[in-house]
Amino acid sequence: MAELNVSLCGISLDNPIIPASGTFGFGYEFAELYDINILGTFSFKGTTRDPRFGNPTPRIAECTAGMINAVGLQNPGVEQVIERELPKLKTCFSKKVMANVSGFSVEDYAYAVEKLDMCDQIGWFEVNVSCPNVHGGGMSFGTSPEAAAEVTRAVRAVTKKPILIKLSPNVSDIVSIAKACEDAGADGISLINTLLGMRIDLKTKKPVIANKMGGFSGPAIFPVAVRMVYQVAHAVNIPVVGMGGVASAEDVLEMMLAGATAVEVGAANLVDPYACKKIIEELPAAMAKYGIASLEEIIKGVK
Amino acid sequence: MQQSLFQITENTPLTETVWRMRLTGNTSAITVPGQFVNLKIGGLFLRRPISVCDCVGDTLTLVYKVVGHGTEKMKGMQAGEMLDILTGLGNGYDLTPVREHALLLGGGVGVPPLYMLAKRLIAEGKRVSVILGFNTKAEVFYEEEFRALGAACVTVATADGSYGVRGFVTDAMAGIDYDYFFTCGPEPMLRAVYRATATEGQFSFEERMGCGFGACMGCSCKTVTGYKRICKEGPVLKKEEILWQN
Repeated sequence: MAELNVSLCGISLDNPIIPASGTFGFGYEFAELYDINILGTFSFKGTTRDPRFGNPTPRIAECTAGMINAVGLQNPGVEQVIERELPKLKTCFSKKVMANVSGFSVEDYAYAVEKLDMCDQIGWFEVNVSCPNVHGGGMSFGTSPEAAAEVTRAVRAVTKKPILIKLSPNVSDIVSIAKACEDAGADGISLINTLLGMRIDLKTKKPVIANKMGGFSGPAIFPVAVRMVYQVAHAVNIPVVGMGGVASAEDVLEMMLAGATAVEVGAANLVDPYACKKIIEELPAAMAKYGIASLEEIIKGVK
Repeated sequence: MQQSLFQITENTPLTETVWRMRLTGNTSAITVPGQFVNLKIGGLFLRRPISVCDCVGDTLTLVYKVVGHGTEKMKGMQAGEMLDILTGLGNGYDLTPVREHALLLGGGVGVPPLYMLAKRLIAEGKRVSVILGFNTKAEVFYEEEFRALGAACVTVATADGSYGVRGFVTDAMAGIDYDYFFTCGPEPMLRAVYRATATEGQFSFEERMGCGFGACMGCSCKTVTGYKRICKEGPVLKKEEILWQN
């Protein structure tokens, strides 16, 4: 009997599969298709202090083995998430959910986390530090160890729940940023967010995306993600949640060998709404094929 | 929404750039005209959303224009090939506001979803007038198909005047005493229809989509009643909901 369960920051998961934020809404679109309680958990749509419409359209571009999105954190804001989305989610998901939080100032992050901290449904916070810091010249919090640590300290001060800091891959030294978050009190690291990308339409000679640039995701970025998960997992002493282009049970095993305790699945959900269900169902056979009895045992298996 | 495999039974050109594909499979999720399906095409990452032209029994008809990599690949597909399709996507047209006489205005590749709509309205005993707009005579398709449905009046407008009424669909509306309208076509046409119509009506919009089923927020738009996803709360919006951008 294959052992799929893992423990993420002290909370047990039936399996390590977690739909990534922004590809699974607040769960109920997918709950119409299958029982989402089969998931380890899922990371809900990135939530900010205030409601956001996001960027103008087009927000999506096709790429070889992937896509670019520039949705711009469209979300109803933390109050509406608490009043409307979470009660609705409760009707179809009985497990602890991962709350993905974004902000444009350190105070924004702390505000949203403090509000959400009161919700029993939330098991973990996943703090997205890839957003631009409006008080810091627009540079992303996730591009400097100091700024990432400052966000970590601010959210640490307002919650006792586990905090995962979700890192951007668009940096020169991911390890120093991960370590800074660990030192500032993070309970885990999740990575990678999307890679900054761009496409140009040859017919119009203009960028495909209204925002010009966006986040590149999908199977094309998987090797980059495996490399960064490996680097970070071997440099910190807190769990790492790996993501980036994961599309199969074999990808999950590879990510876990690189150092991931749990694995998020993003873009694959948008192409195949049953992607996570299929991966969970395929895991036992993939484990048997490679002689793996327990997933916990292979975490950081590659030295 | 339903994910299932369809088998292509026919894939033929209607004009130089517009093709018709017929497929058989489980169409049970397609319930109203104006919905769309999302096709997985080998070698491409994102699915391709295509409006439903008709759906009878287990036969699905798609009429598509070859405009990019996805539709170029579709054009090369042969009868017998299988396609992974998400069906039953989008809200579709609401037929209930029509009292007696509906006007349907379609432009270019916006014409196909109006076919199933016309069929349903006629089956409900409504009078249906259709105006189809194209750039030029060589691009005209489905004029005869709409006539065969029993539409009260089918008018074709071409921008260059090479066939039918010279001008746009809005130049062919005079004298039609409709009480409700439905439209689908390029945005400049939709804006013109918005200005030229006196009654209430419904507009079908197009947007680049990620998932096509409401998960990614890739196709959101602002409306009078708040944010809507073109793929989920759309693609059909009521006239009074529309907020034109720019």
